[in-house]
Parts: sequence; structure tokens; C-alpha cells
Amino acid sequence: MTTAAELLAGIPELAGAEPVTRVTIPARLEYTYSPGSAQARFLTALPEKRLLAERCPQCTRVYVPPRGACPTCGIATPEQVELPHTGTVTTFCIVNIAAKGLDVEVPYCYAYVLLDGAHVGLHARIGETPYADVRIGQRVEAVWDDRRLGPSLASISHFRPTGEPDADPESYRRWM
Amino acid sequence: MSKQPVAVVGVGQTKHVAARQDVSIAGLVREAAVRALADAALDWADIDAVVIGKAPDFFEGVMMPELYLAEALGAVGKPMLRVHTAGSVGGSTALVAANLVAARVHGTVLTVAFEKQSESNAMWGLSLPIPFQQPLTAGAGGFFAPHVRAYMRRTGAPDTVGSLVAFKDRRNALKNPYAHLHEHDLTLERVQSSPMLWDPIRYSETCPSSDGACALVLTGERGAARAPRPPAWVHGGAMRSEPTIFAGKDYVSPQAGRDCAADVYRQAGVTDPRRQLDAVEMYVPFSWYEPMWLENLGFADQGEGWKLVEAGVTEMDGDLPVNPSGGVLSSNPIGASGMIRFAEAALQVRGLAGEHQIDGARRALGHAYGGGAQFFSMWLVGSDRPDR
Repeated sequence: MTTAAELLAGIPELAGAEPVTRVTIPARLEYTYSPGSAQARFLTALPEKRLLAERCPQCTRVYVPPRGACPTCGIATPEQVELPHTGTVTTFCIVNIAAKGLDVEVPYCYAYVLLDGAHVGLHARIGETPYADVRIGQRVEAVWDDRRLGPSLASISHFRPTGEPDADPESYRRWM
Repeated sequence: MSKQPVAVVGVGQTKHVAARQDVSIAGLVREAAVRALADAALDWADIDAVVIGKAPDFFEGVMMPELYLAEALGAVGKPMLRVHTAGSVGGSTALVAANLVAARVHGTVLTVAFEKQSESNAMWGLSLPIPFQQPLTAGAGGFFAPHVRAYMRRTGAPDTVGSLVAFKDRRNALKNPYAHLHEHDLTLERVQSSPMLWDPIRYSETCPSSDGACALVLTGERGAARAPRPPAWVHGGAMRSEPTIFAGKDYVSPQAGRDCAADVYRQAGVTDPRRQLDAVEMYVPFSWYEPMWLENLGFADQGEGWKLVEAGVTEMDGDLPVNPSGGVLSSNPIGASGMIRFAEAALQVRGLAGEHQIDGARRALGHAYGGGAQFFSMWLVGSDRPDR
């Protein structure tokens, strides 16, 4: 392998010059997202502290956030379902390292919360409890952030344990 | 006209490292391509088409790099196309190239996959906020750690299994001159006491971030007959996809992975993969994925994969060696990682894997996955020309 320095050494005019091995070129991207009608309904309900899901007319699975169509059956999901603010932790991890550009203080507990009545987990942060106590099957409820209510999931600050007994594993086994 | 058998006659890779500051992306891919051509004793003029793959453009910040790589890869005046299927792209790129040969569209195809991760920040690229989710996913490790926990919970596997895989792969890497990590002083205890990044995944159970490229020369029967070194024959190849999120998705053992493996085994006439395969190069970016994929790929029953790891079955001298090259845990130029698995499987059945050669390997599997465990690509290669 010929190094950049060796290459330069072969060119008399450039003898002793510092090779250029890195040039930093900043790039910036802003993404303007068009959520479509299903997600628009979901996002619009969030400032009212309502969680709007959709049920597939064929397989009857309930999706939150809704995407307007069932990914399995491939058909539109016009039926709205309002979900409660409680659910079950189906799995989680504790994130100890910060990702560049991610505005969350580490460590944090990143969990899949299966809202009662839903068939897919919502990505959520678990708080107000020591992370060592977080467990699969734990019952939790949404804590809304009144200062950040808006058409975004940032409206939910985190989920916290309800103190109920853990859910029966059969109730979430297929939806982990 | 029937499909023709496909042979791998050239394999080339770069020495994978954290940062290749001595070359541009073009220089990196050309280095792998030149080595693959040399292995096949072919020249640029012998190549009929070029198929290139890499992971998301965000990983280097260069949009559509294939546009400026055509000349570096000798593609001027020839068809060139790019494949993208996230982390599995190296595998699916090789399969697209193989299908072009099998279908007699092109006689000899050069296929190349790369990533030069030092030029941007892949963890950032993998953590971009999605408007309909809480922005909580911290890189691939953050995404996959909950599913590793689900596997541990489901199977009752002891906490130490992940460290056994990591230690094995890093030791195997010492026998592979192209591997990024050569951690001569690593001990099992050090793996087990390394920092917890995404609990339950530790630092030493995590792949590195690498700059690297891999290239293959694929050809048909006539090309194989002219090749100076033994070819690897493609006995089966398949890809499968599934949605990132759907009700009932099994993140621990995705249906698409099971279906993809079953298709490949059927094509290759394999009915008992555990006994009929001599080596496996599987995509294990986090050590716990070895027992998970052992189950998904049919090498172990559900819930039993970790027992094979514990029993040493997947060690270099076990009866099902997994990742003799050191695997993704030892080198991870993301876009190239899948093709490196395919290439290493080919090297094993060609008898050209050097110090990490599995004695007498005649059939090997190369495996890759990507996205939210939703894209799968695999091929099964053998020393013998397939019957059909």
C-alpha cells in the first residue's frame, strides 16, 4: 500500500509538503414530512392527550401510530380506535451512550410499550423508577408533557410504572 | 433457455481499518476490485457489467457515490447498477450480480460493496428522528438491544453467552489478515467487564466501525473452466423482506429470515443444515445474534441456539464453525459486511481461506441481514459444480 506521503515524495515540487488527507465539508438537511391522513389524525389528537389508533378490518390488529394501511393485509385501515394511556413493557434496553444529534439525556430506558388494546409496541422512555427495576411485563402509564403538547410524540414525556401486578406473559407474548 | 450455474472465480478485499485516510472512496473500491481481478487472472476488459452496493448515503454524506465510481470500477461503456437493502446490501448486491450471470444476461460480472464510515458518522445516520416515533433509537445497538433482551428472556440463556461469541470471533480474527480488530490481549474476562453500552449489550460484544471494500468476480461455466484457481459454485441464493413494524413481527427470529434460509436450502438440496454445512459466515454485529441466527437459520431448534455456542459447536474446531473470519464483530464496513460474509464462504469452499481455513470445507453459507431485521440475503456455495 502506497501512503499519501510516499506519493508526494515522488513529486519534487511537493517534497516535504503536508499531505491533505481530510477535508471537512459540512452538509445540512431539513426534512419536511407529509404525514398523510392517518398520521395527521394521530398527530392532531396528541395535543388533546388522545391516542388514536387504527384497526385492520381483515386481521383486526390495532396499529399505533396508525399508518393508514395494514402492513400484513395490505388494505386500508379506516376504523379509528382510541386507546387508553396504559400498557405493558414488552422489552427494553438501557442506553448509556449518547447518539450525536439525539436530544435525550443518558442513561435512559428505551422500551417497547404495548398500549392496552394495541398489537404493536410504541417506542417510549421509561422514567420515575430505578432502571434496575424495569422489567418485561411491567405495567406502565403515559406521562404527558404539558409544556410540549403538540402534533408530535414529544407530547408524551415518558411512561411510569402504575404499580399494578405484572401483565400475564400470554397477553403480550405474540406482540413483543 | 435454462439458468446456468454461477461460479465465484475472484475474491478481493481491503484490509479493514477504522479510517483509510490514504485513499478516497474510489481508491478504496478499486483496491478490492483489482485484488478480485488478480485472483481471477482477469482484466477490466473481461468484465461485462458492474454491480455495486453500499449502505445509506448518509454513512459518508456522499449522495449516489456510484455516479463517480464508474470509471474507478472500469464501468465506462458497460452497464453499472447499484443495489440497496440496508445492512444486508453486500449480500443482495452479490445475488443481483449472480442472477445476471445465471440468467445469461452477462458473461462475467464484477460486484463490489463498500463503506468508508470514517467519512461521516454512521451512528448518527442510524439515529435520525422519525416523525411518528419518539426519537430514542441510539444507533443500531440501541435498536437491537431490546430484541437481544427478548431472546434472553424467551430462552433463559445465561448472560455469558454473548461474551463467548465475542471472544471466539475476535480470536478467529487474529487468523485473518484483512480483519479490522486484532485484539491480541483480549481475554474473556475483559469482554465480560467491558462497558455496558446498550444494556444488555457490552462494548466488546459490539462490531467496530470500519472502512473497507469487498469485490467478487462471478462467471458461468466457461469462465470457471478458464479460472486458474478453484471456483466456488453457487448452489442456492435468496432474498426476503418484511415490514419494519407489523403486529406479530418476531424480531428475535423474523419470518423473512426463516423463509430465506428454507429457500436457499431447498435450491441446494440441503435437508439437515447443521450436518451438511461445513462453515457459516453469518451477519453478527452484536454477539447475541449468533445464537439467535443459529435458530432462525435452522441450525438449532427454537430456544436452543445458545446451547450450541456454550458447547463450542461454533468454534473454529467445532462441528459447525461460525465466522472463522472473525465476522462482523471484527470488521464492519457496513455496506461491505454482507459481501464479506459471502466472500468468506466462497474462500472456505475454494480452500483459499488461509489461516482461518476450515479443513475440507465443501459447503458453506453466507448470510446477511439489514434494516430493522427486515431484509435478508443468503447464498450457499460449494466446491462442486451443482448438478442442476
